[in-house]
Amino acid sequence: MISEISQSLQLNIYASILVPTIGAILIFLCSRFRGLIELLFVSTALCLLGVTVSIVNLGADIFQQTVVLFNLIGTIPIAFHIEPLGILYACVASGLWLVTTIYAIGYMNANKEKHLARFYMCFCLAMAAVMGIAYSANLLTLFIFYELLTLSTYPLVSHKGTDDAKNGARVYLGILISTSIGFLLIAILWTWHSTGSLDFTVGGIVENKLPNGLLMLLFALYAFGIGKAALMPFHRWLPSAMVAPTPVSALLHAVAVVKAGVFCVLKITVYIFGIDVLNSTGVNSPIIWVATATMLLASLVALQQNNLKARLAYSTVSQLAYIVLGAVLATSTSIMGSSLHLATHAVGKITLFFCAGAIYTASKKTLVSELHGLGRIMPFTFAAYTIAAISIIGLPPLAGSWSKWFLVDGAITADRLIIAIAFLISTILNIVYLMPIAINGFLRKPDKSLRGAKEAPFAVVMPLCVTAGLCLVLFFLLGYVYDFLLLLPLR
Amino acid sequence: MIGSHYPILQVVIPLIAAPLCSLLPKNKLPWLFATLVSWITFAVSIVLLVQVRNHGVLSYELGSWPAPWGIQYYIDTIGAFVLVLVSSIASITLLAARELVESEIAKEKHALFYTAFLLCLTGLLGIVATGDAFNVFVFLEISSLSSYALIAMGDNRKALTASYEYLIMGTIGATFILIGIGLLYMQTGTLNMLDLKQRIHEVDSFRSVHAAFAFFTVGICLKLALFPLHHWLPNAYAYAPSVVSIFLAATATKVALYLLYRVFYTIFGFEFSFDTLHLGYILLPLSIIAVIISALTAIFQPDVKRLLAYSSLGQISYMTMGIALETKAGLIASIIHLFNHAFIKGALFMCMACLLSRMHSTALVGLAGAGRRMPWTCAAFVVAGLALIGVPLTSGFISKWYLVVAILEKDWWWLAIIVLITSLLSVVYIWRVIEQMYFREANGKYSNAKEASPVLLVCTWLLVLATIYFGIDNSYPVGMAVEAAEALLK
Repeated sequence: MISEISQSLQLNIYASILVPTIGAILIFLCSRFRGLIELLFVSTALCLLGVTVSIVNLGADIFQQTVVLFNLIGTIPIAFHIEPLGILYACVASGLWLVTTIYAIGYMNANKEKHLARFYMCFCLAMAAVMGIAYSANLLTLFIFYELLTLSTYPLVSHKGTDDAKNGARVYLGILISTSIGFLLIAILWTWHSTGSLDFTVGGIVENKLPNGLLMLLFALYAFGIGKAALMPFHRWLPSAMVAPTPVSALLHAVAVVKAGVFCVLKITVYIFGIDVLNSTGVNSPIIWVATATMLLASLVALQQNNLKARLAYSTVSQLAYIVLGAVLATSTSIMGSSLHLATHAVGKITLFFCAGAIYTASKKTLVSELHGLGRIMPFTFAAYTIAAISIIGLPPLAGSWSKWFLVDGAITADRLIIAIAFLISTILNIVYLMPIAINGFLRKPDKSLRGAKEAPFAVVMPLCVTAGLCLVLFFLLGYVYDFLLLLPLR
Repeated sequence: MIGSHYPILQVVIPLIAAPLCSLLPKNKLPWLFATLVSWITFAVSIVLLVQVRNHGVLSYELGSWPAPWGIQYYIDTIGAFVLVLVSSIASITLLAARELVESEIAKEKHALFYTAFLLCLTGLLGIVATGDAFNVFVFLEISSLSSYALIAMGDNRKALTASYEYLIMGTIGATFILIGIGLLYMQTGTLNMLDLKQRIHEVDSFRSVHAAFAFFTVGICLKLALFPLHHWLPNAYAYAPSVVSIFLAATATKVALYLLYRVFYTIFGFEFSFDTLHLGYILLPLSIIAVIISALTAIFQPDVKRLLAYSSLGQISYMTMGIALETKAGLIASIIHLFNHAFIKGALFMCMACLLSRMHSTALVGLAGAGRRMPWTCAAFVVAGLALIGVPLTSGFISKWYLVVAILEKDWWWLAIIVLITSLLSVVYIWRVIEQMYFREANGKYSNAKEASPVLLVCTWLLVLATIYFGIDNSYPVGMAVEAAEALLK
């Protein structure tokens, strides 16, 4: 029985990584036939979703097993395992990828973007890296796929080839590689040196191995080294990456890349440090303050952004800080809130970015000040925007309300009333920078320049309606995710 | 019967082939002959490696004169390892050489070019294979003199000055090594390395031995291009013909590093070199300065071959840094990087050769737009560049890992941070080249350049795939490095 499960587990994990890779290779080979590569792109996403569902179906027995590929360095293997956080991340990423494929095809065609084969190919490779991160069983595997994710998304960010795109991509790559080699790699090597292990283990591996001061430094190295979690001051890559076409911004920088970052933070908090160690030694304090500061400052900066995607980018920085904050507060409630927020924010943010792309496609407008009255011309887009915005703000009956609840509750149970208040202040700021777009869209009169605009093409609008609907549906179904996450072995 | 003569065959085959090569008529024959010889040499080195792993150290007496009076060839794990490395690089380089030589070197000199190349190969192999100190000097001079000639054959006029500068500095280095050998001979009465190892510590006048140590240090560091004796390297690599750059960048300094291992670990012994005479105190600061300065200088180079040359200086310093740690782990890291870097630099210079063959320029601005026109070449450069930076799944990552772990074992945090920061600097200069290739438009005359020829591409990708392969399955290099380190430290 157990060996049957482990066989199919092995198969499924390898399939998760191989399916997008093979998709990328096939797209490369068929690069001349546009219709075919679009079909390949969607079918790859569909297959990956199928594989992820079959992993979920394997049930909770699989949680104790590690699948070892081979030893890469000495005795350290490339190894994979399944645990609740990983499945959550994998489901979010692969589910939303399917929706994004349709959106991407519609968007790229409507905006007459070029180099489609390279775009779809790198997208698939990025998703393969995402799956590798989701299922990694030790820090070495995590680091490998983390770097592969950075490298595979670089061509996507610089896709347009304009000077702006090149500069933005340069900042993107510069910050991510500098933090990963300069901080994360050192943290991993230090962990190896002081504990002799890199495996993700229940209860963590650093207990009693380092004095508190050094442990605090190690934790900080991890937090800043995972540049994809966009903790200030290493957050600048996110707004810079907005030069990418919107499907990239939507999936990768609302879902896959940034969630990879916070997922790594969550995993390291739970399985390398362990929440008990963090609470008893208090080494998480500096990062708690850094995350809180990021949360508030990023919201304040978002207020000042006139460019819609830039505003959403800073909003993402702020929301990621929520997840990091929930993780490093290190109580079971806050980690629950953090994990739920990973899912609900992903669905909400991707909708917002989809809307931004739809607005650009339909009217070529990118500035918030130019969107007055557009809601009457593009009702579906703006309705979806409103739903997603309310979800992110955290009001029922939308999914984000649950995660916000658990996050605030987590802060209170951790005796950090100030953090709870900070969450609430940030929520108010969310309202201030997200709602006016919807309000002005519906209630103001459209500007003369918007005269010829109509709703965006079906392939662009349908996905955002689906994800907006998900924000609503998840409010009711989040209970299943909650029950699933209760299986998270925190100690 | 022939089985027992492999050690000497390793050197004799290219040695005899060299003058034969100069007699060959001027069409493709010299190239074909040289390539075949290099492949035979490679086969011999593989046989030697297998024999060493199965039977332990190989020892061969020339002319059956017994050691220590006769010349003895002594091949242990590190020796066999480096022999395989040098001959494999030579084989791949020569395979790609025909087209490169035809485009860069005057027709009359072709046969002489291959002759000099084979002599250089002989010299390098001889340094590694021999167990006699004076024999080392002989082969060192053979390889050096032939490399001066090879570098001078570059079609840029600066090649002559580069070669001349290398000649002066290289001769000083070789002479210092000779003086060192002479001083030791004077005190111990033997030239055989194993014999020296025993007799050195029974010597009366320790001053001579200390002086010999000093001369060896300076001489070898000159050949190794360790700061501040590095000045000959950038010009020599930049202005030499492509084939020569590829070969020398991948092998010459590695053999010098082997000589360092041999002299300071085998002849003088670990305790004497590091505990008594504190070689580590010399190597460590120089290595640190070298890594930082070479990385910073590389960032501002306008010519890509010079950029890669400065990069080599930094990478060699990582290897000496590993030695300076004075631990077995450090030595292992040094040997692993010796192996990995040879393939990485070979691949990078081979990409430059491809680019030169079509875009006729190795200047940074001259490579604009190459990514579109020569996709395979530039893709190879990207992968090899990532290996140089040390991205996981490439061999460069494995080397960096072992080096930083070895540093952390000594609790030298500051050094680990320096190593990682200089890796970030290498990101900067590699990315400069990649940006030129992919994000600029091709200008002027060479905007209709085509992809490099299939032979060049295959050779380039062979080296690139080697870096990826050894990044994933590194059991052989690491295993051999561990064995070699243990043997050296005994």
